[in-house]
Amino acid sequence: MKKKRNKIIISLILFLFAIIVNFNNELINNAIFISSYIIVGFEILKKALRNIKKGKVFDENFLMTIATIGAFSIGEFPEAVAVMLFYQIGELFQSYAVDKSRKSISTLMDIRPDFANVERNGELQKVSPEDVRIREIIVVKPGEKIPLDGIVLEGKTTLDTKALTGESLPKEVTEGEEVLSGTINLSGVIKIEVTKEYGESTVSKILDLVENASSKKSKSENFITKFARYYTPIVVIIAVILAILPPLIIKDASFSDWIYRALSFLVVSCPCALVISIPLSFFGGIGGASKIGILIKGSNYLEQLSKTEIVVFDKTGTLTEGVFEVQKVEPIGIEKEELLKVTAYAENYSNHPISASIKKAYNKLIDEKQVIKTEELSGLGIEAKINDKDVLVGNEKLMNAKQIDYTKSNDIGTILYVAIDGKYAGYILIADKIKEDSEKTIKSLKKNNIKQTVMLTGDRENVGENVANKLGIDKVYTELLPDGKVEKVENLLKMKSIKGKLAFVGDGINDAPVLALADIGIAMGGLGSDAAIEAADIVIMTDEPSKIVNAIQLSKRTMRIVKENIVFAIFIKVLVLILSAFGVSTMWEAVFADVGVSIIAIVNALRVLRIKNK
Amino acid sequence: MKSKFKIGGIDCANCAAELERAIQKIEEIESCNINFMTEKMELEYDEDKKEEIIKKVKKVIKKEEPDVSIEEI
Repeated sequence: MKKKRNKIIISLILFLFAIIVNFNNELINNAIFISSYIIVGFEILKKALRNIKKGKVFDENFLMTIATIGAFSIGEFPEAVAVMLFYQIGELFQSYAVDKSRKSISTLMDIRPDFANVERNGELQKVSPEDVRIREIIVVKPGEKIPLDGIVLEGKTTLDTKALTGESLPKEVTEGEEVLSGTINLSGVIKIEVTKEYGESTVSKILDLVENASSKKSKSENFITKFARYYTPIVVIIAVILAILPPLIIKDASFSDWIYRALSFLVVSCPCALVISIPLSFFGGIGGASKIGILIKGSNYLEQLSKTEIVVFDKTGTLTEGVFEVQKVEPIGIEKEELLKVTAYAENYSNHPISASIKKAYNKLIDEKQVIKTEELSGLGIEAKINDKDVLVGNEKLMNAKQIDYTKSNDIGTILYVAIDGKYAGYILIADKIKEDSEKTIKSLKKNNIKQTVMLTGDRENVGENVANKLGIDKVYTELLPDGKVEKVENLLKMKSIKGKLAFVGDGINDAPVLALADIGIAMGGLGSDAAIEAADIVIMTDEPSKIVNAIQLSKRTMRIVKENIVFAIFIKVLVLILSAFGVSTMWEAVFADVGVSIIAIVNALRVLRIKNK
Repeated sequence: MKSKFKIGGIDCANCAAELERAIQKIEEIESCNINFMTEKMELEYDEDKKEEIIKKVKKVIKKEEPDVSIEEI
């Protein structure tokens, strides 16, 4: 590329020199023009010659050669050089742009670990990640990439997960926690027990996905290559007719004038620059998305996403955390903290997820000496003696059975009623927590012209409807079995307009059939879930539903740029064609329609790459 | 069967599209997909005749775009 750039610079200097200095001597001027031409156009001439032998007349090298030699032959020396020179500048610019966006995306995906330090026979060996087996122990120092998925055995540290999730806050991990390959160890030395071989680990799954992305082409890409296929021959044929016919028919028409017009046609006939700006935009869109933790498997999905009308969500794990959490503590006659404490003590010996959520909410050490006695009453709750207090924790049935005078709560979720020494002391509400950004997501989807939001859940009606109401979701279907979800999505698919698309968002667990059925299957929390990565068209690496809004906005932006480029380029080209047919515009405008338009289109396409995180 | 190739030296998107069409015309090729941006080619064909088919593909490339090289990945 450097060599090409130097040639262009030398040629450009000669060209400007000849124009500005103007030797008043045609011979010298023309000699300078021709040398400028040969320096910059030799490669093209060579390729053109090779293609003529093969009969490829619609090749752009050939077209440029004819256009420029034609211009020389009718004495338009500066034009001839300019056409070749600017054509080459356009080409250089194009390869620069392509190169730049390829590079920026490959650095984005610079997550491939180069080595692993594995403990074997009591010493550390530096090996390739592929050679490490499951259950081997690896050591990762600060600054190194985690080479394989595993569990931390020793040490604690913070991890930079930005390359995988787009999340800029470091994540803390300690013993017993899972770490994913591709993240970067920031602060401490950790020992990891490997749980997946390299080929199955997160990093290779993601690299695989990204490298194979965009193998499916979008309609716009197919349109533009098809357009190019007909555009060039048609323009060339018209050029030939233009050069021959009018001078024969029209009186006083000179050959050189009409040949000049025909040559302008040839200059505009090259389709390549137009063709490149479209895949470049999609490539940038897909790359920009992966920068913020959204992996898109092909440009066709990016295109479809921009036409989304209906977004269907799975509830648990998508809009809600899928984890039980204390939502409300309603004490009666005692302190809030006291109610929570008594309940946590009573639940101390239970391993039920509900107990775990209460102990988590209490978040203090439990002094087991104070727990004198606990007894689980199956289907009812727990009866316990904490110090000198008799404590009952359980459902309505327990309160009824023990004849406690309590008030029934209308809250939705699991409710634990508590009584101390036979007296009602309040209740604790435990429910699946709605994700922080779920509500915002639904609102922004509406703002982005999504016509309908739907939630599917296997949960009970009151739980499902409560969540849907809180979030402002249009429609909710509850108590669905997995095949019920398929059926609902099939019905919803019939409701959208012909061009509109339906996107289904799930966590990738049990909803693979629905992900496949929807126009666009989006899997959330892709990190660590292979099933999700395989089944979905779009994978969101984090657990945030708001990324769906980002993805839709990005797709719309990409499509707008693609359309701008198509319309703008075709409009200018056709306009210049018409103007030069009537002799209004000169070869200079033709050069602009070819090179100028492609540069503008490429610059426009590169805009897609510039995406800010959130 | 599907194979992937790294495709080097292809210098314009339209050339990639033309090459793709030319390769698709080979009888034994079920599908050919060239991605200009990632410089990858995906071929789908009958596995039994792999060598023979790849030879044909290389021949087409040599005719259409002599500067282009492919390498299986």
